[in-house]
Amino acid sequence: MASTATQRAPALGAGEMLRWFWTQLTSMRTALILLFLLALAAIPGSIVPQRSSSPIRVNDFREAHPNLDRIYQPLGVYDVYTSPWFSAIYLLLFASLIGCILPRIRQHVRALRTPPPRVPARLDRLPEYAGAAAASTAPGLTAAHAFLKGRRFLVARSENGISAERGRWRETGNLLFHTSLIFVLVGVAWSNLYGYKGSAMVVEGQGFSNTLTQFDELRAGAFVDTNALEPFTVILDSFTVSFETGEVQRGAARQFDAEVTVVDGGQRRKELLQVNHPVRVVGRSVHLIAHGYAAQVTIRDGDGRVALSGPVIFLPQDGNFSSAGVIKAPDARPERLAFEGFFLPTAVVDDRGPRSVFPDAYNPELFLNAWTGPPKKETGLPENVYSLDTSGLEPVQLNGDLARFRPKVGEHYTLPDQMGSVTFDGWSRWAKLQTSSTPGLWLTVGSIAAAIVGLCLSLFIRPRRLWIRLVQDNDGARFEAGGLDRADASTGLAEDVRGLLAAAVGDPSPNSDIDRDHAAVRNQESEGEQ
Amino acid sequence: MTTEVLSNLAMVTAAVVYLLAVVAHAAEWASLRGVPVLTSEQTETYRTTLARSNYWGRLGVGLTMIAAASHVVGVVSRGIAAERAPWGNMYEFVTTLMLFIVLLYLILLRKAHLRWLGLLVNLLLTLGMGLAVTVLYVAVAPLVPALHSVWFIIHIVAASIAGAAFNVGGLATIVGLLKARSERRGTAQVGYLARLPSLERLDTIAYRAHAFGFPLWTFAVAAGAIWAEFAWGRFWGWDPKETWSLVTWVIYAGYLHARATAGWKGRRAAIIALIGLVSFWFNFIGVNLLLNGLHSYAGI
Ligand code: HEM
Repeated sequence: MASTATQRAPALGAGEMLRWFWTQLTSMRTALILLFLLALAAIPGSIVPQRSSSPIRVNDFREAHPNLDRIYQPLGVYDVYTSPWFSAIYLLLFASLIGCILPRIRQHVRALRTPPPRVPARLDRLPEYAGAAAASTAPGLTAAHAFLKGRRFLVARSENGISAERGRWRETGNLLFHTSLIFVLVGVAWSNLYGYKGSAMVVEGQGFSNTLTQFDELRAGAFVDTNALEPFTVILDSFTVSFETGEVQRGAARQFDAEVTVVDGGQRRKELLQVNHPVRVVGRSVHLIAHGYAAQVTIRDGDGRVALSGPVIFLPQDGNFSSAGVIKAPDARPERLAFEGFFLPTAVVDDRGPRSVFPDAYNPELFLNAWTGPPKKETGLPENVYSLDTSGLEPVQLNGDLARFRPKVGEHYTLPDQMGSVTFDGWSRWAKLQTSSTPGLWLTVGSIAAAIVGLCLSLFIRPRRLWIRLVQDNDGARFEAGGLDRADASTGLAEDVRGLLAAAVGDPSPNSDIDRDHAAVRNQESEGEQ
Repeated sequence: MTTEVLSNLAMVTAAVVYLLAVVAHAAEWASLRGVPVLTSEQTETYRTTLARSNYWGRLGVGLTMIAAASHVVGVVSRGIAAERAPWGNMYEFVTTLMLFIVLLYLILLRKAHLRWLGLLVNLLLTLGMGLAVTVLYVAVAPLVPALHSVWFIIHIVAASIAGAAFNVGGLATIVGLLKARSERRGTAQVGYLARLPSLERLDTIAYRAHAFGFPLWTFAVAAGAIWAEFAWGRFWGWDPKETWSLVTWVIYAGYLHARATAGWKGRRAAIIALIGLVSFWFNFIGVNLLLNGLHSYAGI
């Protein structure tokens, strides 16, 4: 990198430009900066509502903050994790990662094949050094060799010295970790491209089949043939929910038990579906991910015929399951009918308006107003069943005011002017069942496991090199030992060097004539204890 | 006395005794104010001053041990009272995390002579336990169904131990920054900080704590994702809690890289570690209180 400044001065050819860019991209500093950008870029998505998880809150937010919306919408702040800028950061990071580790893998493979490096000329320049006179009776290099082997060093002998190394696996671990990160991403991409998630709201007693048309929502990867999903059916036989009724955490969910019948290739079986216990069908998981209330209603039209009879799903709006919904009777004659309002499982009306005060159905009531209009032509266009398009409809009035009514279970309400009636027959629960296929999950999970193993190797292995040599000079024979730690944060280097020397000299506590640093470290440590 | 009441009493006792330990360690630091580091010419008064500081320090450690014992009783009896692992809401998470912090500190105290961390650790423990027993307290209640999972237990234990390591590492980092500042100001030869291990040694201890915590945190985040796959049918959904866990993870990965990057070692790396700690705490408390997501389940 130091040379880049001089390279840049004359006009660069396209090739050099690319190389320059690549060197920059794969530098440690760039990796650091990209990591920070990634952390920063992930934050807005935790603060601003996201389309992927809460589309309704996104709409509310946009209405409540039109000024912010003008900035957020074009920037993709409602879809942070799929936005171009977020993708750019992590793709650059992974490009940097690949560019960084490929050459390191090559080097490391080569390094693994070479023996520990030769004894350096000046051992006393190493961070740790000790020397001692060698008596003729000294056990010598053979004992030093045994000492090193005993400490599981990789040893290479030369004529009058020994080189030893340990902890080469640290780099192996580091490379394993970084490589695994790439495969984590590959696994995620695989699941996204070849997997799908589809969900359907199913009222007790009903079921859903794993086909495109039966899902309320389906998110499928680009390579999924959504017309050929695995055929199976799940029937929600019963769904038991209970809530905390005691003082502490009143209203918190305590139990969700969905008894389901799975019909798979002509075979039927009963299963218990719970949160944390998905049901597996032909390699797919069926999860219980949400629940709510459906009102059983009967709508009679102006002609006195039943225009609608059955459960209508209401969507919970708060923790006490005040639920909003729409009842449509397009076939009612002479005028079609529609109702809009709330299902309140434990209804109260106070100065804050009608609402539910407990999530269980202790006092269920419907709060509705009605709309009416001439019959609409069938367009065949799909319609959102949870919202009411009021074009062509008139609100039903009573004495010059909007007609509002709140039937309890078993009650009915007759609309004015013989337009018809609505009966609140009862309620049942619905469960939102989700089928998901995540084909790359095993790769993601396996890669994370490998990454953790690599990380531990990389963080906890302390590579070290030790050398010892026998020198003959005017004063006679001497042993010199030295050592070097290749990762910071190591301890025990001094002990290893002294031990190595002691093994060669044959003295359990050699009088090393030079022993710098070590004493200083000792002093500081004991100073800390005081 | 019911087990629940016993638990509450033990937690409050722990909080109060941690506060006493803060006082003791503050006295340990304060009694060395302006006292130079002498190696020769030590007078009688000098030795008495050192002995007094030492006395306060030992008292601080003793108090921390008493508080920790009470703390263990608090957490265990909470679990017995609830008839489940005591990890169902913020009160229980905070008291458990604090317990892991004090245990890690006491282990390191034996192994690595960390008494110089006593003041900050006890300050943190006092704050954490104080906040838990006053603001976050909730009476014992069963778990919501989403938490009925062994992956959840694994997730919490791993995250708490990793969190304890990050906190201990972060506090050691703060001590290191204080010492570095005092050296820059030329007051390196007097006071408590002057008697601490060298900056390199402090940095090494901080690094080791972080290096211990990081793989565990990686595992905790992964275990959380596996649990989410069981509970909600998706491995990763960018829920605020998940997002902030990843942000924290990325910041600590940045810290580990910074230590290996020329120009980022030392002070800058230390500051990144502290940013990581802020992110950890925001994830631990802030997300539940401020942001809206699935993990707001626990209530406070
Ligand atoms: C997805 C992005 C990345 C993540 C999450 C990540 C994470 C980590 C972690 C946690 C460590 C500490 C392990 C250790 O100290 O051995 C580490 C070390 C390292 N990383 Fe990365 N890394 C990423 C990208 C990169 C890139 C792009 C490069 C190349 C410039 C790189 C080069 C290194 C090197 C050389 C080390 C060893 C540092 C040392 O010796 O302490 N990493 N990385």
